[in-house]
Amino acid sequence: MRSTVLFVLLAFCCRPLLAAGEVHEYMLDNGLKLIVKEDHRAPVVVSQVWYGVGASYEHDGITGVSHVLEHMMFKGTDRHGPGEFSRIIAENGGSENAFTSKDYTAYFQRLEKSRLPVSFELESDRMRNLKLDDEEFAKEVRVVMEERRLRTEDKPTSLTYEQFMATAFTSSSYRIPTIGWMDDLENMQLADLQQWYDRWYAPNNAIVVVVGDIVPEEVLALARQHFGPLKPETLTAPKPRVEPKQAGQRRVTVRVPAEVPYVVMGYKVPVLKTAAVDWEPYALTVLAGVLDGGSSARLTRELVRGSQVAASAGASYDAYARQSSLFLLDATPANSHSVESVEQALREQLQQLQTEPVTQDELDRIKAQTIAGKVYEQDSIFYQGMVIGQLETAGLPWRLKDEFVERINAVTAEQVQAVAKKYLVESGLTVAELDPLPMDGDKTAQNTAAGGGYAH
Amino acid sequence: MRTSALLRSLPALAGMAACWLAGPAAVQAMPAIQHWQTDNGARVYYVPAPELPMADVRVVFDAGSARDASQPGLANITNHLLDQGAAGLSANDIAGTLEGLGAELETGALRDMAWVSLRSLSSDRHLDPAVEVMGKVLGQPDFNRPDFERERERALVSLRRSEQQPSKVADYRFYAAVYGEHPYATRPIGNADSLQAMGVKDLRAFHRRYYVARNAVIAIVGDIDRKAAEQLAAGLAGRLPEGERASPVPPVTALTVAVDEFVPRPSTQTHVRMGAPGMHRGDPDYFPLYVGNHILGGGGLVSRLFREVREDRGLSYSVNSSFSPMAQNGPYTFSLQTRNDQTAEALKVLRETLKDFHDKGPTGDELVAAKKNITGGFPLRIDSNSKIVEYLAMIGFYGLPLDYLETFNDRVMAVTREQIRDAYQRRVPLQQMATVIVGGEPAP
Repeated sequence: MRSTVLFVLLAFCCRPLLAAGEVHEYMLDNGLKLIVKEDHRAPVVVSQVWYGVGASYEHDGITGVSHVLEHMMFKGTDRHGPGEFSRIIAENGGSENAFTSKDYTAYFQRLEKSRLPVSFELESDRMRNLKLDDEEFAKEVRVVMEERRLRTEDKPTSLTYEQFMATAFTSSSYRIPTIGWMDDLENMQLADLQQWYDRWYAPNNAIVVVVGDIVPEEVLALARQHFGPLKPETLTAPKPRVEPKQAGQRRVTVRVPAEVPYVVMGYKVPVLKTAAVDWEPYALTVLAGVLDGGSSARLTRELVRGSQVAASAGASYDAYARQSSLFLLDATPANSHSVESVEQALREQLQQLQTEPVTQDELDRIKAQTIAGKVYEQDSIFYQGMVIGQLETAGLPWRLKDEFVERINAVTAEQVQAVAKKYLVESGLTVAELDPLPMDGDKTAQNTAAGGGYAH
Repeated sequence: MRTSALLRSLPALAGMAACWLAGPAAVQAMPAIQHWQTDNGARVYYVPAPELPMADVRVVFDAGSARDASQPGLANITNHLLDQGAAGLSANDIAGTLEGLGAELETGALRDMAWVSLRSLSSDRHLDPAVEVMGKVLGQPDFNRPDFERERERALVSLRRSEQQPSKVADYRFYAAVYGEHPYATRPIGNADSLQAMGVKDLRAFHRRYYVARNAVIAIVGDIDRKAAEQLAAGLAGRLPEGERASPVPPVTALTVAVDEFVPRPSTQTHVRMGAPGMHRGDPDYFPLYVGNHILGGGGLVSRLFREVREDRGLSYSVNSSFSPMAQNGPYTFSLQTRNDQTAEALKVLRETLKDFHDKGPTGDELVAAKKNITGGFPLRIDSNSKIVEYLAMIGFYGLPLDYLETFNDRVMAVTREQIRDAYQRRVPLQQMATVIVGGEPAP
């Protein structure tokens, strides 16, 4: 789990003084949204295609299907054979990849600016014409299982986090791990992918974000040419599956071979998309900054350097989620300290936030970091596109990014205290603990000369 | 097939306005690197970047773990303690001042380099106080005993945690197997015994010896003019004694036999690292080896290894090979991970793919495609201040020519198939490789 300061990363800027240009938004007749942002510092462009689908759109039995489909998107269409997409991008000097999250699936290429048409030609082709082949699927789903072993099965902290999310949410689809349960991967069928593709991969469920040394009107013409002819789909939103009110603390223990214990805690909170009171998500963002907005923030100052009960501790909150989510805390106890004592220390920090207003110094620091963060962020055209895509796939207008600094600056100490009192409460809390089992296995290495030991 | 695919995308190009036809790999104006030395011998590399009101300052010392001598972890923890107390300021003071300005300070150390990086808004009222703190951190760290003991405890937790991650175990075991008695063999973070035996006097002595102006490279990129950059560099270097440059890291001796090591772990997957000492920065074989490896296992989603191991057989999520050029020959590393019972098969494919490339070199088509990818993608390498400041530090640290970036594409284009094959024959010893395997027992 990340324990960085999300709000600083998400800050954004559009100061006319700066090299970064305005954002232009267009809608094609088939419902495809195109968002273009100029940045003329270098002759490069990033092209991102965001689909409004991810693990939170899934249901039991087909978990992981969005992510497996992301892998299969590189396996060819009628016009381009398996792997050809990547070869063409590479020959054009591009770098590319894709990523799947709970709320979105995104594909991107980074290119020298004259190569944008190559991206649009290939992306528009695979938006509607993907060829899902049984043999390719049989191989690729094994790759995804290896990815699951790498990311989750053999990572005790990831396993703990997966169990934590599945415990915190009962009905909400945020309980579903993006990579999918192993058993669902083992039982996945090509037909599952085909249905998922047909349902979600359509121009009216896609947002194309382009940032770089480009002319917006030319990008629009290019988009019309390539994406314009694609047929839209009738979209049926997934059932809302709103989480029932939690009525008491939930706990789960994960006992697997490991060396170091770990604890993660989460409180049910609203996000921008779901908040009834519009300043609350911003107050929660500031709250995360008070706890974990750098090395001078409370968790490192008090728990890592002060009482030294924790080897590391973090807090995070993502206001840009599509559904109500969690305010997260996690920690690794220092040597000779227990998970119980580090959990107690985290709770004391929260109690303090509930009983005393945060200081003006802390608010000033967060304000300074937010203002600086929006400048630093412009050093990466990729990240500028990321913010737009994340907002849009969360069902929020990209323009919210322009309000961010103002909204953070407007948060008062009383509001921070108010959200701490309202949401950081026992009845909305879930705690997961990693309780290490012995690592077993003989740890002494077996050294052999050539020819001995392992297969050649 | 590649050619026809490209052709199919051409009609799209033809339909566009003329500006889209800027031609292949349009030449980008290189950032003109300015270079000078401070009065006390720190080497400065500077590129103005007035587009954004921010500045990046990266100070790099020849003070990585290659300088640990008999105390593994000393370089790393010395670097780590720099911002935990300096010139009487506490860790809270240092972090509080910087973060209150919106500045970001980062420290780090690997085998060759130890660094301190600052990112700040470039207006005087932000940059000046941030650089003031950075200077104290570089030149006047306090190395207070309680801070040291706390950070040592945290390092011990990190060491223990890395034992539950098979990839981390594979990485450090691999370096140990490849480098034997060479200083590159040990982990930058050290080991429990050496950390326990260390004291603040060791850190102070290390800092005195290596954090000196003649052992420093200062890289600056941002919205500050030359005069301000000169003052900034002189101010930072002025915090350091002149001192002496570190002596060269001893050369690496090649492996004489193959080394195979199996480290059992209770994991569902087995992690494989295979390789040998590779090449150094400024190596005469750099470009043939770099381009060759791009084709074999470096080129992202289109390398031979990616195709053979992942696309054709579904054996591994990530599979790649990479050279890590260092002051002396850094490792050439092949890496993959697969379900325990598939290890033998994956290793066989890996070895056969390498052997075939080693024997025959790349095909003409592969070489053309690799050159197009590397040179066509060149603008992406330098499209942000953060990337440029890292290049400056690297160029300065390893003494590469100032026109390194400018001539990069030409040198890639000049590489031939025969040069790649020849370089692999001479530099990649198939019979003397270290293979480290970490994971569950293979099925009988």
